[in-house]
Amino acid sequence: MNQVQETLERWCAADGIEFVSADAEQAYKARARRIADAIQLKVPDRVPIVPSFGMFPAIDNGFTCQEVMFDYGKAQQAWMKTLADFEPDAFRGSSYAFSGPALKALDYKLLKLPGHGVPAETVYQFNESEFVSAEEFYDPFLDDPTDFMLRTYLPIACGALAPLKQLRPIREVFGYYLGTITSVIPFAMPEFAGMLEAVQKAGAEALKWAGHLAQEEQQIAAMGFPNSYGGGSAAPFDLIGDWFRGTRGVMLDMYRHPDKLLAALERLVPISIKMGVDGAKMSGKPVVGLMLHKGPEGFMSLEQFKTFYWPTLRKVMMGIIEEGLVPMPLYEGRYTDRLEIIKDIPRGKALYWFETVDIHKAKKVLGDTVCFRGNVPVSLLYTGSVQRVKNYVKELIDVVGEGGGLMVDCGIWFDEAKHENVKAMVDFTKEYGVY
Amino acid sequence: MSQNLIDAFMDMREEDALRIANEMLDRGTDPMEVLEACKQAMEGIGQRFECGDAFVPELIMASEMMGQISAVVKPRIKSEASTEHLGKVLIGTVTGDIHDIGKDIVAFMLDVNGFDVYDLGVDVPVQTFVDKIQELKPNVVGLSGLLTLAFDSMKNTVQAISEAGLRDQVKIMIGGATMDEQVKEYVGADAYGPDAVAAVSLSKQWVGAD
Repeated sequence: MNQVQETLERWCAADGIEFVSADAEQAYKARARRIADAIQLKVPDRVPIVPSFGMFPAIDNGFTCQEVMFDYGKAQQAWMKTLADFEPDAFRGSSYAFSGPALKALDYKLLKLPGHGVPAETVYQFNESEFVSAEEFYDPFLDDPTDFMLRTYLPIACGALAPLKQLRPIREVFGYYLGTITSVIPFAMPEFAGMLEAVQKAGAEALKWAGHLAQEEQQIAAMGFPNSYGGGSAAPFDLIGDWFRGTRGVMLDMYRHPDKLLAALERLVPISIKMGVDGAKMSGKPVVGLMLHKGPEGFMSLEQFKTFYWPTLRKVMMGIIEEGLVPMPLYEGRYTDRLEIIKDIPRGKALYWFETVDIHKAKKVLGDTVCFRGNVPVSLLYTGSVQRVKNYVKELIDVVGEGGGLMVDCGIWFDEAKHENVKAMVDFTKEYGVY
Repeated sequence: MSQNLIDAFMDMREEDALRIANEMLDRGTDPMEVLEACKQAMEGIGQRFECGDAFVPELIMASEMMGQISAVVKPRIKSEASTEHLGKVLIGTVTGDIHDIGKDIVAFMLDVNGFDVYDLGVDVPVQTFVDKIQELKPNVVGLSGLLTLAFDSMKNTVQAISEAGLRDQVKIMIGGATMDEQVKEYVGADAYGPDAVAAVSLSKQWVGAD
């Protein structure tokens, strides 16, 4: 048995879960087995249905996105109602509704929160920008990533952490006469007192949120619904583009600083692997999600994809697999022309989630390599009819589901959608997806 | 020299393009000729994008080079000759949505294809679209959005344009990753464009320039 199999078997065994009933235990194990089989390209009893609820539970149950981000009880109420309404094969709980109070306490700049920059009714949105210039980023990051994160990045990302930029580089702090005493001087400044207070407040909120999620997850599992999502990571190219240089910046860097960009991408590989693996190992859940942003068709050429995007993404996925876990990239955007490239991954050990792709070609190219997740269009769930949703799911199951290797889901995390359409996606998969 | 500038520009040799532009100006070349060469190169890059030979990085590089060369050239131009445009396009990301990458690409492609582009930015209130249509009298309105929340924002924007009695005066196109023909029907637009190339051909078709 290989390591990925071992992890999946452990997860399917459901040791340590106190189920509410024998039926719940049986249902949990059947659902987990269905998912584990699909990932490993074995034919499951039926096609798993795993809707990726973004803010849908809030919106569908009459809450604003602001309410569920700032009141964990309301989030739990909304998500548990959605669980009862749809009974999917896996359910992640309300963690998509991040802790608003923790982000506010940090004065977090990279998201616009509902009711604070975007309307209360809508999902949070990323506040894209060139946060650091190429000069501020590449050399300092390559020299010492932690120092860059501590003294340059965090003060930009979180207003409350701005005082950190006054610290001396920690690596220069050695003995009592070599910096130890002088290194603590900034902590005497009034702004540091404010920072520590804010961090404590954010920490307390984050702990409260995590407590809610843990309790909620226990309840969900006890009722018979597994959660496969153990941790999150990202493609190194996206880490640089999303969090440091912005889309515009990282695209320009391909021409202006290609060598430094490649070096920084490599430097991020072990960091990205550990980021995903740590969370998954701690939770015992097998899947590590990687939400991919800047590599699709139209965004960059195949050559650029092969040079800058794919090699380090593949290394990260291989690192995750070597740790016995299942990488799940969400290929946002269109990927039909790069299927042959992304096929280069070990058989039955990854889960590829697609937003827009030619499903016939995807099955042909990837069918014997990875399980396909997706890709019911969100536009269909929102503006389509029940019949059209069923038609789409039927085609997915007929084409991609043949002989296994399919999990039905929306093409992305979804927020606004018609209740009856989501219900049709779930129920029709359960009915028509039986092998 | 103009051809050298065009070649450097189209090959993404940023430093060479800037150097050649400066050399041309130093030798007394008409600043308008330098600008014209850049415009020609931009059109060439736009054509490559249409053929699938150029992508977002090249468009961003092109607009960077154009910006840098324009900054050197424009102070030397006494009065810029007005150029004929194919038509006016008003474009913006609809209210509630702050995504701009797709919209910027469409604006770039319309611009290099000879349209007068008025970019209202992101999170554009419904009323702003109505006011700007009244003020600028565009031929085409482009509504952009990435998130599903944009479906209703687009619908409300189209409805407000109708209620202001302006619907017959403009053609409305929508675009963005989650958009499709079905969303077009839902919001009441005239067309959906899957990419910037489609946005250009729709606009050309509507102003009778294709």
